[in-house]
Amino acid sequence: MRYPPMLGPATAGARAGTDAAEDERTSQSRGSWLLVLALSLLLMLGLSMTTPAAAQDAAPADDVAAMTLLEALDVDSFPAKGRAIEAIVHSDDPRARDWLQALLDGRLQRAGDGRFVVVLDNTGRDWPVQDALSGEPLGQMSRRELDRIGINNALRNQLRSAIAVVDLYAADVGLRRASAERLLGEVDGDLAGPLVEVIEEEPDARVRERLVQALAIYRLEQGELEAIDDLQGSLHPRVRVALNRAANGDDPIVADAAREALNGIEQMLKLNRAAETLYFGLSLGSVLVLAAIGLAITFGVMGVINMAHGELIMLGAYTTWAMQQLLPGQPGVALILAIPAGFLVAALAGIAIERGVIQFLKGRPLETLLATFGISLILQQLVRTGISPLNRTVITPEWMSGSIAVNDALSLTLNRMYVLGFALVVFAVLMLIMRRTRLGLEVRAVTQNRAMARSMGIRATRVDIMTFALGSGVAGLAGVALSQLTNVGPNLGQNYIIDSFMVVVFGGVGNLWGTLVAGLSLGVINQVLEPWAGAVMAKIIVLVFIILFIQKRPRGLFPQKGRAAEG
Amino acid sequence: MDSSRLWLLRPFGERSTLIFLGVLLAAMTLVTLLHVAVPPGHPLYVSAYTVNLSGKYLSYALLAVAVDLVWGYLGILSLGHGAFFALGGYAMGMYLMRQIGDRGVYGHPELPDFMVFLNWDSLPWYWYGFDMAWFAFLMVLLVPGALALVFGFLAFRSRVTGVYLSIITQALTFALMLAFFRNEMGFGGNNGLTDFREILGFNLRSSETRLGLFLATGVALALGYVLCRAIVTSKLGRVCVATRDAEARTRFLGYRVERFQLFVFTVSAMLAGLAGALYVPQVGIINPSEFSPLFSIEIVLWVALGGRATLYGAVIGAILVNYAKTVFTGAMPDAWLFALGGLFVLVTVFLPKGVAGLLALRLRRRRDGDGSFSGKEASA
Amino acid sequence: MLCGQCRLHMTFTTSPSLRGRKEVRLNASRRIMSFPLRSTTLALMAAVSLGSASQALAQEDPIKVGILHSLSGTMAISESTLKDTVEMLIAQQNEQGGLLGRQLEAVVVDPASNWPLFAERARELLEQHQVDVVFGNWTSVSRKAVLPVFEELNGLLFYPVQYEGEESSENVFYTGAAPNQQAIPAVDYLINEMGIERFALLGTDYVYPRTTNRILEAYLKEEHGVADDDIMINYTPFGHSDWQNIVAEVRRFGSEGKPTAVVSTINGDANVPFYRELGNQGVDAGDIPVIAFSVGEQELTGVDTAPLVGHLAAWNYFMSVDTDANYDFIDAWIEWTGDEEAVTNDPMEAHYIGFNMWAEAVRKAGTTDPDAIKDAIIGVVVPNLSGSYAAMMPNHHITKPVLIGEIQDNGQFDIVWQTPSTVAGDAWSDYLPGSRDLMADWQAPMRCGNFNVATGRCGGSTAAEEAEAALAE
Repeated sequence: MRYPPMLGPATAGARAGTDAAEDERTSQSRGSWLLVLALSLLLMLGLSMTTPAAAQDAAPADDVAAMTLLEALDVDSFPAKGRAIEAIVHSDDPRARDWLQALLDGRLQRAGDGRFVVVLDNTGRDWPVQDALSGEPLGQMSRRELDRIGINNALRNQLRSAIAVVDLYAADVGLRRASAERLLGEVDGDLAGPLVEVIEEEPDARVRERLVQALAIYRLEQGELEAIDDLQGSLHPRVRVALNRAANGDDPIVADAAREALNGIEQMLKLNRAAETLYFGLSLGSVLVLAAIGLAITFGVMGVINMAHGELIMLGAYTTWAMQQLLPGQPGVALILAIPAGFLVAALAGIAIERGVIQFLKGRPLETLLATFGISLILQQLVRTGISPLNRTVITPEWMSGSIAVNDALSLTLNRMYVLGFALVVFAVLMLIMRRTRLGLEVRAVTQNRAMARSMGIRATRVDIMTFALGSGVAGLAGVALSQLTNVGPNLGQNYIIDSFMVVVFGGVGNLWGTLVAGLSLGVINQVLEPWAGAVMAKIIVLVFIILFIQKRPRGLFPQKGRAAEG
Repeated sequence: MDSSRLWLLRPFGERSTLIFLGVLLAAMTLVTLLHVAVPPGHPLYVSAYTVNLSGKYLSYALLAVAVDLVWGYLGILSLGHGAFFALGGYAMGMYLMRQIGDRGVYGHPELPDFMVFLNWDSLPWYWYGFDMAWFAFLMVLLVPGALALVFGFLAFRSRVTGVYLSIITQALTFALMLAFFRNEMGFGGNNGLTDFREILGFNLRSSETRLGLFLATGVALALGYVLCRAIVTSKLGRVCVATRDAEARTRFLGYRVERFQLFVFTVSAMLAGLAGALYVPQVGIINPSEFSPLFSIEIVLWVALGGRATLYGAVIGAILVNYAKTVFTGAMPDAWLFALGGLFVLVTVFLPKGVAGLLALRLRRRRDGDGSFSGKEASA
Repeated sequence: MLCGQCRLHMTFTTSPSLRGRKEVRLNASRRIMSFPLRSTTLALMAAVSLGSASQALAQEDPIKVGILHSLSGTMAISESTLKDTVEMLIAQQNEQGGLLGRQLEAVVVDPASNWPLFAERARELLEQHQVDVVFGNWTSVSRKAVLPVFEELNGLLFYPVQYEGEESSENVFYTGAAPNQQAIPAVDYLINEMGIERFALLGTDYVYPRTTNRILEAYLKEEHGVADDDIMINYTPFGHSDWQNIVAEVRRFGSEGKPTAVVSTINGDANVPFYRELGNQGVDAGDIPVIAFSVGEQELTGVDTAPLVGHLAAWNYFMSVDTDANYDFIDAWIEWTGDEEAVTNDPMEAHYIGFNMWAEAVRKAGTTDPDAIKDAIIGVVVPNLSGSYAAMMPNHHITKPVLIGEIQDNGQFDIVWQTPSTVAGDAWSDYLPGSRDLMADWQAPMRCGNFNVATGRCGGSTAAEEAEAALAE
């Protein structure tokens, strides 16, 4: 830790604001010097509770000092800014944390008249601002008048570390966890002492474990052999770095112990890496399954080669975007609403395609390919001229960002996890529809023998429409999911259409299980190959593999049986 | 020997072939005369730009004929013919690159420029021989032919048909596109091969050479057309049509269907390669986008628009669509894709026999003759 | 000794090269007359192009400015705004009375993101439309495709995009950055300001990333002593969307104790899934910053920028540049597009500079004749949008400041560093063995795009050809 812990009143202010009861508990149990802090904290609490105007009246001298602190930030040299930040950390000003946070977010700016302001919203040409000292709103200012206090990544790290130390004493467990995470490998002599006490007082086991490791890394750096025990089995990269350093160190005993600890870690890492690759593969596979499964229905069941399938996916993705535009500030709700909406939009488009074109091409599957390809071009250009040739921004809701850490070496990205789950749910529902509903029964009957089904009173035309709508709707669902992973633009569909065909053909036309198995296995094969073959070669190998596989089994993994199979 | 010559000469007895050759010859002569004999500035003068453009259209027409041969008469909807076209183009491109010699920007006597700045220290083995015209021109035919032979052998032997065959031909061209995009392949990656200077000693930047290339393409188209006609009117061609319409029945009649398919598919691939080789010096660049599956689908559209299984329909389709493309992308770029997409839909739904179908219909009304495209067309 | 050689060589090559140009001009006049219906005017124009410029006659016809940017297809995303930019600049120029008393007229064609079509359209512009200058192209491959056409028909092309260098054509003016104006200052910044010791060079597999990464690799090893182990290079195809493995690899690469950065030459559409994956795998700018050479304001409009904050980009212009010239440009642009949210970016500034340079050269030469412009434009200095000046160098590249910006949550860049002065573009990299000895100088008497200082010979193709032709006569 390069900066002494900031135990200033700002910390206290933040905490006091959040949870006074917990605050009391911790401040009493910590060491006596913390008690002193608690007092100043209370004082600050009082200060921060007063109205800004009153604060201004009460402490003009404070503002002079604050102004000097902030003035120091408005320099060109980044090292100088670093020193200014340090000065703010050490100041007793209650607004320090807010300043640091604003600085970190790039919202601390200087107006033309020399005042420091915090920008509340920096979109458009005029921005609403508030005074950095008084907290008073100052209305809107033109961006021409504002000068940003720029920071770079080094300062950003410095700010984060400073805020992390502050947050170590926060009431919120989440903040403390993030802070402990941050301190791993950043503990220095100044922090080591207080840290021992913090660990003792820490109620949360996870935070405690992290802090113990953080401290152990420091102890290891000091040559303490016992520290290795605390680090044993940890998969965290910073722990590994520390052990590696120790293994190459001067002390042979410590080095040997470190090496031994590393060996164990390496074994675990290999397992984790395999699990990670499997997850990557399944995740890619789930995308392929989602994109292909609608095609499996229209292609497999109806014999229609729908080249516009990709554009139906695109429509689903644009529906997601449109929902987010309709519900600004509610990306999560919009996303959930986009699931039925995307299905509907794509299904309606599917019905239009079926009624408008495909019904005239019965029994000419290769020509449906050409006609639907034409439709795909039209749809793409419609989006380009109607909406924009540029990609659209689709926001990932908070609950879908980030990842779940299984352990320190393996974390599963949340958005992909949701997509994987979503793909399985869609698959299960489709299976249910096909197996358990009247529609499914009729669809299967028409597939197997159209003439016979019609003579049994099944309205084949209606079944065609429903099937095509279902397949297209599922493509729309795929679009909703893909909007969370990739670009939403006019070319979205094109990128998936060939892959989708490969999956369907590989799995066996007309077999949903085949599509699932094919999609997931192609995904896994691709991801296993990628690290050593490279992304492009992996894809080429998979394509060649499919070509050869089709020679061996011309009707895919799970061939359709019966008369319908002879096309 | 005698019979094979007869086999090749048979198309000359056909009216449709003679008409086609006559029109082609007339068009070539007209363009040449208007370019050479008419003084520039005269309203009838055909500029070097137009000659060049016409040459490009003719090479596309040859490609369309090749696709029609397999789609129209064999029932194989190849979505990968762009691959053979591009391979032929690359073979030609490699020859043209080697012709640059040490006049590249780095002045390296052997390596093309892109290899110098991507740090190749020697010529990869597969570039050997391309400095010799005869070898390169042979490769123009052999490389696509060999690929078609191997691919066709595997596919037809295991009776991959219909949609499956279409999709794996698409996979083939897609895989090749990805491969040629890779700079490690030694074909210039995304930039492809460009900055050609001369062919057989003629300066590629002179309008005389351009006229020569245009004429050569016309001759190639004529020869390709006659060859295809000869194939489809021979006994072999009849077996092909039988295979197209009822593969299983033909097989049961004792024909080794896959051999016929393989032969015709390979010939078609070689013609596509030849078209590519003639295309490259005229447009001045070959890059992996020619392998794009979309391009291959577009070729099929030309054939569908012109009229499948007529050969001359393919030529009409290729020229019409590409002319429309030149006009539309210039005049109203936004509308172009609408027009192309609409064309796809309208032609397949309302004009299943294409422009040639319309022509044949008018002819048939006048005299109750034989259309070359008759009989029940089964779904492939 | 060396110099004597080269002077000898120069005198040998210049005269045939002049003769070559005359031939070109004669060709051009013939082609001009091929244009039907207006033969009298055209004959007069031919006379103009032969050198006897006549001011009175010239005033009748507008000056034609060709625009060669894709308006459809995959590149339309990036290129269509450049078409609008040039149209705006032309309109502004016309408001000020045009050039040489003549109005300017835009001739727009659409090469539809198709490379052979680029060559065809270029020919159409120069041969059929007889344009005086062309602003166009984005991708390297499209530039390579039109290059022979411009050289053959002696046209002028202003190319506005950062590119891989290794080229200097007599007919092309490179107003975008060469690698030494973007990539090298960027890694200098990473090393000097951020203390980065390990570099992951990620790029899309095409010539610009390949060349840039080769230059960077050589530069890092030679100038900064970076070890082989500390450089990771990876290429992905266009539009790559599954970044899981690569990001995981970068994360491992960056977790070995040394400060690590990613130098990204990832192109276009592949960026969104890349940054998303970075964000989701928990790699933020504080841990492993990504510095991108192909991500600008335009690209960020399609991205949720929240997880990207702090990642970097190196350009020669940012929309957030704090100068009045820039704010005026932005206001004009917003007015022109009618879109309050419209953004400006680096290639737009390049067109702004290129257009003004060309206009200045036309004023200076008093004609739009390509050969006169080529001579007049070298040394022309115009203000850029970031408060400094751009000068056209003899190698047809320009001087540019290098700016490093950090992505903000509003899709803009915060400029964190910039070169103290402008940097002149280097056509031939000093860090590639093949091009180390080459230099370009299109001034008389050298007039060579690839002069080899080691052999004292102009390695250029035209020179060799013309020399042969001269010997044959």
